[in-house]
Amino acid sequence: MPSMTAQKQTSLASPDAIRSYPRFLWWGLGEATNGGLGFYVWMFVLTAISLVGANAWAHQVAEGMIVTNMTDHVSWGLYIANFTFCVGLAAGGVMMVIPAYLYDDEEMHKVVIIGEAVAIAAIVMSTLSVVVDLGRPDRFWHLIPLIGRVNWPVSMLTWDVIVLNGYLLINLHIVGYLLYMRYLGRKPNPKWYVPFVFLSIIWAISIHTVTAFLYCGLGGRPFWNTALLAPRFLASAFVSGPAFIILVMRILRLTTGYAAPPGPARTLIQIIRVAMTINLVMLASEIFTLFYTGGAHGASAQYLYFGSHGHYGLVPWIWTATAFNLVGTALFFMPAALERGSIRIAACLLCIAGIWIEKGMGLIIPGFIPSTLHEIVEYSPSLVEWKVTAGIWAFGFLLLTVLLKLIATVFTGDYEAGPIRGPSSGQ
Amino acid sequence: MTVDNADDSSRDERAGTSSGPTLPILNQPSSRRTALKAAGAALGLAAFGKAVSPLWSIPENVSVDEFLQQHYKELTDDEKRRVFERLEAETQRQYGKDVTISDPPPIPGVRFGYAINLSKCNGNGACMEACNQENNHHRGVDQSYIRVLEMTKGSMDMEHGTTSYDHSVPQEDKFYMPVQCQQCENPPCVTACPVEATWREDDGIVVVDYNWCIGCRYCEAACPYHARRFNWEPPEIPADEVNPDQGYLSNRIRPQGTMEKCHFCLHRTREGRLPACLEACPTGARLFGDLNDPDSDINWVLQNKRVFVLKEELGTQPNFFYFFD
Ligand code: SF4
Ligand code: SF4
Repeated sequence: MPSMTAQKQTSLASPDAIRSYPRFLWWGLGEATNGGLGFYVWMFVLTAISLVGANAWAHQVAEGMIVTNMTDHVSWGLYIANFTFCVGLAAGGVMMVIPAYLYDDEEMHKVVIIGEAVAIAAIVMSTLSVVVDLGRPDRFWHLIPLIGRVNWPVSMLTWDVIVLNGYLLINLHIVGYLLYMRYLGRKPNPKWYVPFVFLSIIWAISIHTVTAFLYCGLGGRPFWNTALLAPRFLASAFVSGPAFIILVMRILRLTTGYAAPPGPARTLIQIIRVAMTINLVMLASEIFTLFYTGGAHGASAQYLYFGSHGHYGLVPWIWTATAFNLVGTALFFMPAALERGSIRIAACLLCIAGIWIEKGMGLIIPGFIPSTLHEIVEYSPSLVEWKVTAGIWAFGFLLLTVLLKLIATVFTGDYEAGPIRGPSSGQ
Repeated sequence: MTVDNADDSSRDERAGTSSGPTLPILNQPSSRRTALKAAGAALGLAAFGKAVSPLWSIPENVSVDEFLQQHYKELTDDEKRRVFERLEAETQRQYGKDVTISDPPPIPGVRFGYAINLSKCNGNGACMEACNQENNHHRGVDQSYIRVLEMTKGSMDMEHGTTSYDHSVPQEDKFYMPVQCQQCENPPCVTACPVEATWREDDGIVVVDYNWCIGCRYCEAACPYHARRFNWEPPEIPADEVNPDQGYLSNRIRPQGTMEKCHFCLHRTREGRLPACLEACPTGARLFGDLNDPDSDINWVLQNKRVFVLKEELGTQPNFFYFFD
């Protein structure tokens, strides 16, 4: 590529570059949807699952939230649980950005864009998870600043909507700009993206902190009302995010030949080791306080871990999560985790699943059980909720696949048509 | 703009060598392939349209006027009148009943308070029934804004209480504690709401604009007294049971997917009547009045009885009090 780079730098003036950006996107979409048989099967399956989810959601809107298993007692369920995890995933992407930009890790710099792509897909999934949770999605516009009437700055949910959208825009800008420059064969101008990269670091931390504040600010819910919640969210995000990215890099290497050097994955594993340890220490200290003190503060934890008054709905969930997290962490600490191989993959999968449960079914749901008047009403997601959630994940993967395809194409220079063929190019 | 043709050809070569196993159609010239992709996209869009087709019921149930309706506080008197007329017509169409929707404003200088004498309450639940009827609650579930806790004597801990008792009352070793919206001075539900669909009025009553609420249920998570109710499905009420005396911010029939709560029967109390639950209570345990009026019964109780509020440590500052004789 370098030889081309020099040539084209001169051939494209900047006003044209701005005008042709939409055409670059259109071209990118075309390239990103080229692939082999396996690729089309993958896209087809994801589309099918997304459609099942869209259909389930449409039914939910038409018939009412009664088709979910949520109640006035447990008024948030799988959707908000999944939302919490996805925000963490998005924030976790920053763990590639920090080594790349703050510590000038050269190799990480080459693949940091993958973390940003994961963040984009995860934010879209979070936003969708909130939208499907609304009883009146037709009134979504009430949430839009200036058009609607937002309760800013006191409502944490308003904050969340703002920071999530901000994070999405920042990452779209960074990824879009870097890809476009690469595609044009120009050197990206640091002025146009480095400030945004630093902003994205702060922003990544803020999205997950604000999401934690959503819960821990509620005095009426003792299980959530702990200052440890935000740090715990961050620590677990810095495990699930990097673990997810490691898996993505692996898949990319197997399918597109866009191979990352071994360094970045190793750095990520080191980060996971530290973050997961911190996460487990905080969890242990939380559990100690809850059980040793007991009383009303421990009621939810009692229900979660051991069941209470004959109700055991979440016990299998939390012990599964605990086992996954412990085994996953142990695997990460094995020297073999630093090499490419099945141990590393298994560790990533276990920790992702463990954290998904711990932050969702193991945190959001027990906040409501027992209720504020100490009634115990259990919850398990309905089929509609599972379908909608699966649909959101499938759509997220669809988006991620297209993004990564585009990235791989641009970075390996593996495209068949030249950039920007249009009437104005005179061909 | 000029594009270097040499680059194109070199790229073409690379593309040719990189493809893995492909369908026969995939190696078509790119125009063919684009056409196939377009066909695929069209098919996908059609399938998407089919998948979300249940959404077409929205325009049937939500009129353009309702969709565009502004926040209650932004409506002029004229607009309010039109909204109320529209809602009356809708109720007539959907429930077969002629109703009037009014909107009594807070009485200047009044701050409502409620107190319950726990020595008198015997858990008979007449208040819940009255609430259910007065406030046009969904009949499918036996809903009301009140939960009566049967508590074990010797403990104020709600953990030892239950709302699902179904034996005769009162039981010897129990006492009864009705809980409804405490109309907090410092309401966490109002802080939580992302769109200001719920707020505290000047007389201390916390209300919801059912036409502005987006149904996120954050307020329900925030309320420490389980005072909020969500409309999980459209409420069903037989025409002859619909209470035609309705308030916009209180007991009009709520739309599906929105939040509701006790409003101290403001369509009654702001016109000088008493809350329905108080009128229905056979034991005389309930006491309602103006906290700003030094001579009101409720102020006498506050000054002369041992009064407490629920979960005082949370700083919600309820306008709802409990006392024993
Ligand atoms: S009791 Fe609950 S619903 Fe009523 S004002 Fe207080 S927080 Fe809000
Ligand atoms: S459910 Fe309605 S009233 Fe409650 S916080 Fe959400 S928008 Fe506000």
